[in-house]
Amino acid sequence: MTSDNDRRRGLLARLRGRPVARSRGRRRLGAAVRLVAALMLAGGAYTILAPGASAQENPPLSSAAADGKALFDVSCVSCHGRNAQGVEGRGPSLIGVGAASVEFQVSTGRMPMARQEAQAARKPEVFNRDQVDQLAAYIQELGGGPVVPAGDNLHADGNIAIGGELYRINCSQCHAFSGGGGALSSGKYAPSLAPATDRQIYAAMLSGPQNMPVFGDNQITPEQKADIIAYIQQTLKEQGDPGGFNLGRYGPSTEGIAIFLVGIVALVFASLWIAGKS
Amino acid sequence: MKRRKFDMAAVPGNTARAVDDRFQVATPLRRLLNKVFPDHWSFLLGEIALFSFVVLLLTGVFLTFFFEPTMTEVIYNGSYAPLRGTPMSAAYASTLDISFDVRGGLIMRQMHHWAALLFMAAIVVHMLRVFFTGAFRKPRETNWIIGSLLFWVGFLAGFTGYSLPDDGLSGTGLRIASAIILSIPVIGTWVSAAVFDGEFPGTIIISRFYIAHVLLVPALLVALISAHLGLVFKQKHTQWPGPGRTNGNVVGERMFPRYAIKQGGFFMVVFGVIALLGGLFQINPLWLFGPYEAWVVSAASQPDWYVMFLDGSTRLMPDWEIYLPIGEGYVIPPLFWPTVVLPGILVGLSTLYPFLEARYLKDYRSHNLLQRPRDVPFRTGLGAMAITFFVILTLTGANDVIADKFHISLNAMTWAGRIGLLLLPPLAYYVTYRICLGLQQHDREVLAHGVETGIIRRMPDGRFVEVHQPLTTPDEHGHTELPYAGWVVPKKMNRLGALGPAIRGFFYPIEKPAEAPVSPGHPPVEPRPEREEVGSGETRS
Repeated sequence: MTSDNDRRRGLLARLRGRPVARSRGRRRLGAAVRLVAALMLAGGAYTILAPGASAQENPPLSSAAADGKALFDVSCVSCHGRNAQGVEGRGPSLIGVGAASVEFQVSTGRMPMARQEAQAARKPEVFNRDQVDQLAAYIQELGGGPVVPAGDNLHADGNIAIGGELYRINCSQCHAFSGGGGALSSGKYAPSLAPATDRQIYAAMLSGPQNMPVFGDNQITPEQKADIIAYIQQTLKEQGDPGGFNLGRYGPSTEGIAIFLVGIVALVFASLWIAGKS
Repeated sequence: MKRRKFDMAAVPGNTARAVDDRFQVATPLRRLLNKVFPDHWSFLLGEIALFSFVVLLLTGVFLTFFFEPTMTEVIYNGSYAPLRGTPMSAAYASTLDISFDVRGGLIMRQMHHWAALLFMAAIVVHMLRVFFTGAFRKPRETNWIIGSLLFWVGFLAGFTGYSLPDDGLSGTGLRIASAIILSIPVIGTWVSAAVFDGEFPGTIIISRFYIAHVLLVPALLVALISAHLGLVFKQKHTQWPGPGRTNGNVVGERMFPRYAIKQGGFFMVVFGVIALLGGLFQINPLWLFGPYEAWVVSAASQPDWYVMFLDGSTRLMPDWEIYLPIGEGYVIPPLFWPTVVLPGILVGLSTLYPFLEARYLKDYRSHNLLQRPRDVPFRTGLGAMAITFFVILTLTGANDVIADKFHISLNAMTWAGRIGLLLLPPLAYYVTYRICLGLQQHDREVLAHGVETGIIRRMPDGRFVEVHQPLTTPDEHGHTELPYAGWVVPKKMNRLGALGPAIRGFFYPIEKPAEAPVSPGHPPVEPRPEREEVGSGETRS
């Protein structure tokens, strides 16, 4: 029965139809051709797809990034590792953190870090503006990531009323109403905004340094970021306190200290004076 | 026609006679004006609270002229640019107007708030004075209870006032208050719904707090303060023991004119200090807090200082949730213990203390003389314990600010507070007790041997002895020992006797000893020979 024969042969053979009788020589030649073709295909695909030895040089770093790499290899490499890949237990990989992160961490002096602790503290910066830009260029070219827009004044057309509302909703939980900062758990903290520049605040929102969440452009648009920066710089910092000495703007805790140290002390002295006059 | 001469000098007398003819007030008024008050600086601490209450009434009335106690939503359009165009309640908007658009409004608001803090601070300081000197003992237990109630009513006044502006900070406080009410088992939900007229925050709470803050609570305060002062009049003021002062008399100044003038002056001083605070120190900058929105909670949201101990007790409380398998299950949240039970215990302990102490000492007599803190070490120790407890809780109420500004881990602060709350009060008791005994011991030593002079004399046989100045002339047996009287013992050489130093002056001497008068007919009077000073026995040449 043909149907039985058909069933015994493989599926491919059945699709191909009935086998055509060929000579042994032709069959051998076809096999050799197919082998060579398969080898060429595999080799070619490997050559195209696999990273060759020349890929590390390609694309070449710009001159700023090359300068940044030189700085990186002296000051950052011990924790962030060669090519910013990170070192287990010491420093994270910087691939993809972007120029914004470098700008925030290095321009505020947080990096290079003095020691490993709960959180890196702001301190006098080690690198000048040009060096920060070079480092940022290097990290940016390594792995891409968020970038702070150009310019020093990023709040020129910000609306302080909208910024204030956004600030109170998004920022005051940690940085407090006054921008003076506040405590987080286990020695971590939200720092005071007093020394922060426009670019640093913007970079912090973009990169979410340390314990801060990332406020990407999807959550807070660039215009809203400008509003928030305007509120911080103009209202919280530049506008004085209409009510007199602000007691550090720490709220009722310092007011409570003041009423005892100033009010009660002054009046106890007054009562000593009055009772002494008898 | 004869012109009558108007006799100016007779006007006061005539007026007084005319008043007395009609109202017969001369006799009671004479008694009142002649009432004697003992004089000591520590008796003026309660007056600070009384006078700040007067300032509170004055500034508060001014604020009511401009405050709008409703939660109606308005769009702010005043002169504070950073909030312009923001939707907010009318209460918050009118508070901003008071701060920025009403002439003198900001200083009035700040004076009102500072006066409130001072009122509570003075109540506490006054209460400590009464406690440590034993002035609460029979017959004055009722006044002690009224005083403790004044603290809690003042607490209510402060909290309702703090909530009125409906700003971001006070709204957070109100939110916590509603959570505290909700934590009370069984009735919590009903009470909260009754107070807020439904779910928090509702639309009526500011109006309700307003009428409580400007009418109900102040009326209660006025009533309690009147009763407090009336009892001081009726039961007479306590006095320190001293020469001529007994349990049955009052030595001091007549109410009129000197005491009244002094009190009037002190009122001016208190008013002045509050005005200075209001003008120089910014308090509650609510324009930074923004209008209250449920989703806005700032870091470092603290209540005013007299509420902060409850915030602290909440922060220290472990998360012990009690689950009762009744019906579908009933939960007592951990918040209930530090914010409802703890204040309840504190109210009970503080009001009952006079009775507890009398029972413990089996002392049911009347006491009109005060005790020095060192003479009752256990009471002073208990007071130190209570202060330590309160201060730890208050500091913990601000432990996030302390952790942040002093670079301490917040978790470490919490644990330090928990351990400190248990360990430090007993330690304070022990240390205070020992200090009291030490001070007493030194007084007794001086009474027995005389004042230490610091002069060391070498005796002919080579011994060294310290020279003491005896406090009194030796009796027939040569003894100079005096009984312990519970009053100041001289500790400085050549400063003996019960009277203070003869040369007056607060910080520096303002008087010189009077020169002996010289008259031409008589030989000059010899000045009084100075008291012979105690020396080492050697003459300096």
